[in-house]
Formats: sequence, structure tokens, C-alpha cells
Amino acid sequence: MAIQSSIKANLYKDSVSLMRISQVTVARTGVQRVTLLMGTRSNKEFLQQAGLMSPALESAKPGDIMIVVADDAPEKLAAAEQEIHSLIVGEEPKGGSAEAAADAPPRSISRGVAIADHADLAMISVPGPYAAAEALKALRRGLNVLLFSDNVPIEQEQAIKRVAAQKGLLLMGPDCGTAIINGVPLGFANVVRRGAIGLVGASGTGLQEVMCQIHRHGLGISQAIGTGSHDVSSEVGGITMLQGLDLLAADPQTKVVAIVSKPPARDVQRRVIERAGAIGKPVVICFLGGEPAASAGDVHRTSSLEETARQAVALAGARQPVSDEQSIGALVTRVCASLVPSQRYLRGLYSGGTFCSEAQTIWRAAGFRVRSNAPLADADRLADVEASQGHTAIDLGSDEFTVGRPHPMIDHGVRIERLLKEADDPTVACIVLDVVLGYGSHPNPAEILAPAIRRAKAAVRGQGRELPVICFVCGTDADPQSFETQKAMLADAGAELVGSSTGAARSAQAIASRMEADDNATGRRVMLGGER
Amino acid sequence: MNAAPSALQNKTSVISLGASDLDRGVESSGAPLVRLQWQPVGDGSPEVAWSLAQLVGDTTDADCLGSRIDRANAEVLERILTAQPVWVDIAAHASEVWPDMGRTLLHAGPPIAWNDMCGPMKGAVVGAILYENWATSPREAEQLAASGGIRFAPCHEFGAVGPMTGIISPSMPLFVVQNETSGNRAYAPMMESGGAKTLRFGAFAPEVIEGLKLIETVLAPCLKAAVAGIDGGLPLKPLMSQSLHMGDDVHNRNTAATLLLYRAVTESLLKSSISRDLVHETLRTIGADDMFFLSLSMAACKATMDAAHGVPFSSIVTAMARNGVNVGIRVSGLDGQWFVGPADIPVGLFLPGFSEADANPDIGDSAITETAGLGAFAMAAAPAMVQFVGGTPQDALRYSREMAHVTIGRNPGFTLPMLDFIGAPVGIDVRKVVDESMRPVINTATAHKEPGMGIIGAGVVQAPMKCFVDAVGVLAAIGAR
Repeated sequence: MAIQSSIKANLYKDSVSLMRISQVTVARTGVQRVTLLMGTRSNKEFLQQAGLMSPALESAKPGDIMIVVADDAPEKLAAAEQEIHSLIVGEEPKGGSAEAAADAPPRSISRGVAIADHADLAMISVPGPYAAAEALKALRRGLNVLLFSDNVPIEQEQAIKRVAAQKGLLLMGPDCGTAIINGVPLGFANVVRRGAIGLVGASGTGLQEVMCQIHRHGLGISQAIGTGSHDVSSEVGGITMLQGLDLLAADPQTKVVAIVSKPPARDVQRRVIERAGAIGKPVVICFLGGEPAASAGDVHRTSSLEETARQAVALAGARQPVSDEQSIGALVTRVCASLVPSQRYLRGLYSGGTFCSEAQTIWRAAGFRVRSNAPLADADRLADVEASQGHTAIDLGSDEFTVGRPHPMIDHGVRIERLLKEADDPTVACIVLDVVLGYGSHPNPAEILAPAIRRAKAAVRGQGRELPVICFVCGTDADPQSFETQKAMLADAGAELVGSSTGAARSAQAIASRMEADDNATGRRVMLGGER
Repeated sequence: MNAAPSALQNKTSVISLGASDLDRGVESSGAPLVRLQWQPVGDGSPEVAWSLAQLVGDTTDADCLGSRIDRANAEVLERILTAQPVWVDIAAHASEVWPDMGRTLLHAGPPIAWNDMCGPMKGAVVGAILYENWATSPREAEQLAASGGIRFAPCHEFGAVGPMTGIISPSMPLFVVQNETSGNRAYAPMMESGGAKTLRFGAFAPEVIEGLKLIETVLAPCLKAAVAGIDGGLPLKPLMSQSLHMGDDVHNRNTAATLLLYRAVTESLLKSSISRDLVHETLRTIGADDMFFLSLSMAACKATMDAAHGVPFSSIVTAMARNGVNVGIRVSGLDGQWFVGPADIPVGLFLPGFSEADANPDIGDSAITETAGLGAFAMAAAPAMVQFVGGTPQDALRYSREMAHVTIGRNPGFTLPMLDFIGAPVGIDVRKVVDESMRPVINTATAHKEPGMGIIGAGVVQAPMKCFVDAVGVLAAIGAR
């Protein structure tokens, strides 16, 4: 019989504990014999008589545990000895036992990791001043991070981005509202099918709209990686966007990549385009609100969310979806017929920041000056965010509207107030509303918005006008809010439903252009506030 | 910057902290999800949160501050677990141990000046001065203390620990406990019998001084002979381990440990040449006080924790001590510093006729037992203790379970039968205390705030968060240098 002996120094255990450990070791490892004794003289004599004494145990002191394992199969000894050592140290109470359940819920990431099933991502939405600290703790423990929180000090943001990059971990955010990782929707996210198109985006609702459209075209998403809005600034350098590109390049599921972002800082933009051209997969880039740029090689430049989704779908091998130009044309003709000449101006009341930017881009391209609380050019900043001026696109999700209040995707109160106020303005030609579905958003937005739309339209009708309200629903048939019901409720309230954010902004623009053209043609030009 | 594709390769398993609405998608997708009950760490300041995050270890970055701390802490834990405290001797007088002591009085807790001392500690100082014959009346003794004629220093800075006021004066005999593993020694004064009328609670009446004289002239010589008669001294760890299995926490309950000590010294005394009367007097003293063993328990813990002190970078607490005004902690890697915060009033039961209004804030060096993973940390072994806080045996288990969240290891030498014989949690990490916002729990007796009124209750108290927050700040500053 093979015998192995060792000493666990400076550890007293009573004989009952030692016998129990022996017994458990035999049961677990199947080793034939385990003898555990404190290193007293009489115990050494006992080992001698039993033929188990060895030179290794001579030096054992009364305060040491003598460990002897014996088996015909020598290969069993090491495992048995290891088991003994771990039993001597003790085992944590089993997870799921009454002991563990009685514990208070975990507050720290370290305890979360301890009880989680191989945690690999931390989703952090604690207040901004604390957020980077939590992110750093998560990164140090090997977790990827989605950092929803905003108002993170820039030097802390830079520090955590560096650690993430060093460790090859993904740090989405700060200010990252949406992502889909391995099919798991994080934050504000729609339910879309899995597929071959990978997304990277610095703009949350932009990503949501593109993924919803891809889903509606019958294709799916491999990953959607949010970067947070600061990532593409020159201070941060687009670390996450570049990392996201690399991840999607390496991801075997991803065949086509699409980037949706506000225009990055110049140097970041150059690096992103460079990297996009080098990943060996077709990349669609939409820097919304930036200068139009020509496609080159496998890098396809687009200037709207709709075009981005269509291009990605086409590159993924699906048939190019049918254009909705015709239906827009019909809508514009019908709507304009109901307007009076004073109705000239567009008002976009957006809960999604990207939609607000996209609308400004499209309206400006038609030659309009567009005021906003989140303007593309600083000269177009609204003097008073509460008072629209000419063509105006408002981002109701930006700080001045959300301090101390839920986001307008969750609470439509502020938007409804604003809707009623805009309706009262006789120069308004039409209003555009986005309705965002998916996780995180209001569980039934149409139920709140439809009555408000009815009320606004009725009020305007009372003044002898009509008020077209153009809506688009950013969502899918798999979202928890029932896409079709939401659309039907809005249509029933008299809203004009358009299939995409881009389509909605274009329709509105076409209405304004038509009203202006009619006005010019009939020579009934009325100077209204000096706006063109 | 080369992103490892691993970021997307694992199954997504999420930990969510903050707004719960945002993880609905994760929940619905069926992916594993742990939702934290997040709260700001420590004292709630964002600066502390950021400092703490700098101290997190990283298995892929051995050079980061947190990884250095982790390594240092592993060393500290090893020193704690392998300590072998043995009662080896009685020092007939403290001045034998510290020949340069002069007119020094050691006291419990972090440093404190005469003017700032609480009532019981002032009373004990007066008593010690009278005992030493440095003054002839209490009034004179007070004047001497106030005049700066006495040097005050924490016991802890002398390798010693004292219960309650913890006063050690040059003539007092001390238990001597040696850590056989590292060779260092720790000292503690003997428990006086006499209930309320004891120096440790600030009494200084003539009978208190008489009691101290009796310890010096009778108890100490007898116990010195007793321990001399035990070959190699009395190993304390096995004795304490056994006591835990007999319902002690070896801080506030020492009934079993005192009996085991009684057993050990009885035989030794009987075979010594000491007169039958003195043997009887000694055994009567030990037998009359269920808490008699506490001095040895404290000295054993001190001998253990001193060996663990001074490991650079370590964030492990090596002492928690209270002077009746403040609680101070020492941290292994931050030698020479006390981190101090205001002491709380213990929560618990009061003897008939007393209430919280009479209570002195937390006092004594006995929290060295919690520091070494005993006391409240081993409460699961001593369900009788939770009666003080109106708890159930389940609460006793909870204390031991919760303290595992602020410690880095378990002591296989001190096992808890009710928790499947797992080791008691040990090695308080200031990082974990702040991260979990969970203050270490201490079992304690409650002293009357007036000198000499004695024990008025017992219960539990928690060390102030400020101590741990400050230590985290200093550790983070090391990284910034």
C-alpha cells in the first residue's frame, strides 16, 4: 500500500473534527485510508504501531496536524491530500442553502460576483459621481461594463477607459443607454432577432432605430455595442468605438458592421474610418449631422438612420427594401390640403436625442434654419428652451428637461405639455413625435400620447385650423409593448404614422417646403418673424 | 490597444446596480442576473468611492496597488492563522517588562490626554496613582494627572491590552503570552474580582486598591508558579478553540474558557510548593469570575495580531481599541498611525436601575478579540450572547456570517459548529468594511459613565466607519505617490 504523509503546522483541531475530515475525504475521493492526528508523542507511537509513521512526521509538534493517506493506487493520494487541506481550512456554506438565503442581498460588486453565475458584465446606473468607481471595481474583477450613468468626471472616464483597454474589456459608456450583447438586451433596448449585422453606436436611440428597422426588414443583429456619447470626443479618443470595431471584426457571427454616431472629433473620425476600412468586413458609417462623405472600398457612408439600415441590410445580402417615397408623397399632399397659409413651421418634440439631430440634418439640408436646445450649429441654439422659434427640434431627453424628472421615454408629461403649447401656435404646420418602445421605455406610451394628440388636434380645430401630428414608432413586433397596437392607437387618435425616424423628418420637411412654395407661388408671402 | 475577443465570447451574465428598470431586458432574456442593493460606499462621499476603487486587486495586473495589497494581506492572514499564542509566564510587575516606564500609565484605546478622558478612565487613573503611591489622596492624584506629571500611552503601543479602562501601572503584574511562531510577546493585566468596584471600571475606593494589592501579592505569584509548572506553558489556541465549542465567544463570554483554565492551573498549583491557603485563594479568585480568562484571551489575540502588524501595503486591521471617547484602529500596512472615530454607546441590556443615559461610550482594548476573528465574529459559537441584544440564536449565526463579508479569510483553528464547522471569519479588511458599508461588530460590556459605578450592562457596538474610510484614503494616497 502506498503511503503519503505531511504536516499541517500550527493548527489545533480536536479529534472529532479530524475524524470527520477523514471520513469526508474517504467518501469524496475514495481513498482507502486517511489518518489525521495531532502531533503528540502518544499519537506518534500509535502511528508507529500501525505502520503509518514516516520520517516526514518526526518533526510534527503537538500543535501540528499529522496527515497520513494510504491507498493501493498511488495516484489517488495527491487528490486525497488536497481534499484534506481544503476541508481543514473549511468550506463556505453552499450557495442556495438556507444559510446563504438568510443573508442580506449583496450591495457590492465583489459580493455580486461571488454569488453570480460567472458574471461577465456589470450594468451600472448609479449616480454619476459614484459611477466610475463602480465601473473600475467591475473592470478590475474582469467584468465588461455598461455604464448608463452620466456626469462622470472626465478624468475618471479617461482612467476607466484606459483600464478597460489594457484588460481587453468592453466599457460601454458613460452615458450609454442601450446595447445588445450576445442577444441580451441591456438598458433601453428593443427585442430584435439575432443575425449577421453588428452595430456600434455613440447614440442610443440611433442604434435602437437602426436595429428595429433591420429587424423589420427581416434580418437580425449579432451585437449592438453602445459607446456612450463622450467616447468620440478627442479627450476620450473613440477608445470604445475602435474596440467595438475590433470585437465585431473578430466576431464570427458578424458579417456586416454599421456605425451610428454623432460626428466624432476630427482625429477620432479619421481613426474610425481608417480602422473600418481595415477590418475585412463591409462597414456602413453614419455620422449623423456631419458633412456628407463619399463611400470608399468596403466603407459605405450614409447620412440618415433609414439609409444606414437599408445599406446594412443590402450588404448582408437581403433584397434592397422598397422605398416609401411614394407613401410620403401622398401623405404630404393630403396634409397640406388641410393647412392654412400661416402654418409654416415644423416642431419636432423628441424623446430620442439622435432623432432630434437627424431631423435638424434633414431640415437644414432643405434650406431651413432649425433652432434647437441641442443644435447642430451653436448659432441655432434656442434662447429659451421653453419657447420654440421658427422651425424647432427639441430634445426633451436632454439635461434641462430631465433634472429631477424621469426621461421622456418613461414619463411623457413634459412632452404632452409642450405638444399642447405648440398646438396653440398658429404658425405651426406640423408636429413630429417619436414613440420609443422596448425595455426601459414606458410600458404603454400610446395610451398616454393618443388622448393628448386628440386633445391638441381638437383644440386647433376649435381655432379653425388642422394640426397634423406625425408619429413614428421605434420598436418591433417582439417588443413588450405590442408594436401593432401602439400604432393603431396613435392612428386612431388621428396621428399620421410614418415607418421611420428619417421618413417622419422627411415628411415634415416636405410639408414645410410645400407650404413655403405654395406661399411663394400665390404671392401671398407673409412676413412672419423674418424667418425663411 | 488590442481588444481581446473574449469580451463577447462568454455567456452574458449580468450584475446590475442602480435603476432596476434598466435590467428588465436582461431579466426577460433569461440571462443570469444579480441585482445589487447598491448604496454609496463608506461615508457616502464620491471621493472615498473613487479612492476605494483604486485599491481593488486585479488578477491580470500584479503591479496595481490593489494586487499589492492583496499579496500583503495574504501574508498577514498566514501570520494570523499560524500564530501559536502560549501563556508562558506572569510578569510580577509591568516595570519588569518595560524598565524605562517611570511614571507612565498605559490605557485602553487610541492616544488620549487627561483632559479628554471619560469619567471611568479618569477614575482608573486616580486609582492607579493611589495604588502606586504617587499621591496620597484622590484630589492630589487628579492634580498630578492634570499637571502633566504622568505620561499616558496606549497599551497597544507597548504590546499590551487592557480591558475596559485598561490602565496598566508599573507595579501591576501581567499575563505574558508568547506567540511561539514569531517569538513576540503580549501582555495583559489580571481581571480583578469585585464586580463594580474595580479599577477597570474606574473605581478607586480603598478596597479597590486593596484588591490590586492582593493580585500583586497573592494571585500573581501563585499563577506564576502555576504556569511554570506547565511544561512549555499553556497553549491558548486549543483552549480557546475548545471554548468556542462550549458556547464561549472568548470576549464577552468566557465561562468555558475560565473553567478550562481552572482545570489547567489546579493540577499545577497542587503539585507546587505553594501553601494550601494560597492555592485556595487563587482558585477561589478564578472560580468566582466567569470572565477571568478574558485577559488571556486578549493577550493571545494581541500576540497574534502584533505578529501580523507592519506588512507594507496590507489593509488588514491589526487592532480595534476604544478609550471611552474614541475608537481607534491600526492597520498592518500603515504602521505608526491610529485611525480614529467617535465611540458609540453599546446597544444591549442594562442591569436593573440603569439605562442608556448612564452608559459610557464604548471602552476597552478587548475588541482585539474581534480583530483576531473572535468575540462577535465568532458569535455563532455563543448563541447565549445574543440575549444581550434581544436576539435569537439565528441572529448569532447572522453576526458570524455577516462579518465574513468584511474579512479576507477564515480561521480553521476556530470553528463554528452551528455553521457546519466553518472557521470563524478573520482578517478585517478596511477595503471591505468601506465597500460593504458594514462596520465590524464588537461584543462588549457597558460601563457607567461615572467613575467606579462599574458594569451596567452588555451588548454589541460597531466600530465607527470614519476609521476605515480614513485608512482607505491613506492607502489610496500611497498609490497616488
